[in-house]
Amino acid sequence: MNIIVCVKQVPDPETPASQFAVDEATKRVIPAQGIAPVVNPYDPQATEAALRIRDAAGEGTITVISLGPESARDAIKHALAMGADEGILLNDPSFEEIDNFQTAAILAETIKKVGIPNLVLMGRAAADWDMGVVPIGVAQFLDIPCVTVAKAMELNDSTLTVERVLDDGFETVETSLPAVVSISNEFGEPRYPQLRQIMLAAKKNVDVWNKESLGIASEIVGSENRLLPLKALYVPKVESNVEIVEGDSPEEKARNLALKLREAKLI
Amino acid sequence: MSAILVVGELNEGVVASHTFELLAAARTLSDAGGGDVHALVAGDSTISQSLFEGGADAVHIATNEILKSGLTVDVFLPTAINVIESMGADIVLLAQTAFGRDFGPALAFKLNVGSAMECTGLTLDNGRLQATRSCYGGSARAEVTWSGPIQIATLKPKTWDALVTDTSRSGTVNEIDIAGEARVKIISTKKAEATGVRLEDAEVVVSGGRGLGDPEAFGALEELGSLLNGATGASRAACDLGWYPPSQQVGLTGKTVTPNLYIAVAISGASQHMAGMSGSKNIVAINKDADSNMVQSSRFAVIEDYKKVIPALIEEIKSLD
Repeated sequence: MNIIVCVKQVPDPETPASQFAVDEATKRVIPAQGIAPVVNPYDPQATEAALRIRDAAGEGTITVISLGPESARDAIKHALAMGADEGILLNDPSFEEIDNFQTAAILAETIKKVGIPNLVLMGRAAADWDMGVVPIGVAQFLDIPCVTVAKAMELNDSTLTVERVLDDGFETVETSLPAVVSISNEFGEPRYPQLRQIMLAAKKNVDVWNKESLGIASEIVGSENRLLPLKALYVPKVESNVEIVEGDSPEEKARNLALKLREAKLI
Repeated sequence: MSAILVVGELNEGVVASHTFELLAAARTLSDAGGGDVHALVAGDSTISQSLFEGGADAVHIATNEILKSGLTVDVFLPTAINVIESMGADIVLLAQTAFGRDFGPALAFKLNVGSAMECTGLTLDNGRLQATRSCYGGSARAEVTWSGPIQIATLKPKTWDALVTDTSRSGTVNEIDIAGEARVKIISTKKAEATGVRLEDAEVVVSGGRGLGDPEAFGALEELGSLLNGATGASRAACDLGWYPPSQQVGLTGKTVTPNLYIAVAISGASQHMAGMSGSKNIVAINKDADSNMVQSSRFAVIEDYKKVIPALIEEIKSLD
């Protein structure tokens, strides 16, 4: 049972609104002082899903791939500390500022080079661009089935049964392998790496591949070849016109709120 | 000659409300020179008239026995590609639903073009589309364009208003056969269980966050919610702590709600939550922190510990009736 997990490093989504800033000229987020980037919150769930399936099968290799800057090594190390076996960092100047469609193409090329595994897993979306298109693209480039936003998975022989999250409920689907599955936050708590595992993961080698070693054509990469060119990135302005409901006690404030809501015909 | 294709959806046999929102968005683009509005829906031709009345100029109905076991991306993809190519669509609109969030990108990768996801604004500039979308958990907005000939966008539900039904409208209906092969098989579907009013349909939503400090507090919020004939929601943080079911999560990775009245109790207003409820018509915040984003975004706010405010509010509302 060989599994590839794709992970991404993102700015910490818990960054307070007051410390989130954008450089509108370069259309990039300015890293918040003292707040380190983190593994995309959905990705440890994908790694957890991979570990459960590998452990149930009793054999297999989990390879973790991340496309990003040097620091994205930390996202790979996190998955290795959780129990994954091997790591590959995809790093090249031409991979900077690309869009999600280009990312999917590069990941698919990488997976072909590693060898198409039984399962490719990733988080349902990345918390930075929140597009959720990469799993669909990778599956199409590899010409294998894709199941998105999974909350539970079970493997019987070569059939994977997946419970998916819909808008107003759930859907159970079956697919043959190999397949790409994206994992939702409903999947459940990922395991927390223990100190010993973190130290072991720190010593593990992470291969670094670039455009040349992947043999990727120049017209696929580079921000000038985006399918969705980014015209502007900015922080929306919030104008406050809040009315603070006053009163001498919490109870009086509550009564005054009820009266104001009645007056405004809201209740 | 440009043209717009709306890929619609059915909900229990009738055209879904978000499909009418897509038709309204498409008509606005059409008025700006975007060309005719076509609608493509998998179903049967009895739904055609409501698509015309909602704004379509032409309707493509894709039908096949295979639909009885459920619509999947693989089954519908070749049909939609055929329609896009034969009608010459250069704009394709879908809703950001469980179906649209898969089908939009699947079309895009097949056509080697981009798909902008969960857009909240669309403009036509010299015949080319530009979209606004939220990113970085709602902390930032991105304006994107497309480099390829076909511009695919999924639209955030409840962002556009459907048009007033025009029963005088009509058009041509084109029935087509669905040709794709299902690689992923649907075994079963089930609805999420929610007691009382459905969150997305509620005119009043009372939500709680991590600031409640106690899962038991949701009991009082449910009482307030049902007193106002509303639903109860929760922030991502509260759901992650296991305090409330994930199906009731309001936010970027949860439900989008646009009630007339949204009462946010002990929710600071992280971008993750605001993304799911900022379209509410009237926001009330009950929070200890006057500087919190939620208080600053609200119409009325009570700066107080919710534990004392909620019971008094419930009593006062009861006495008003």
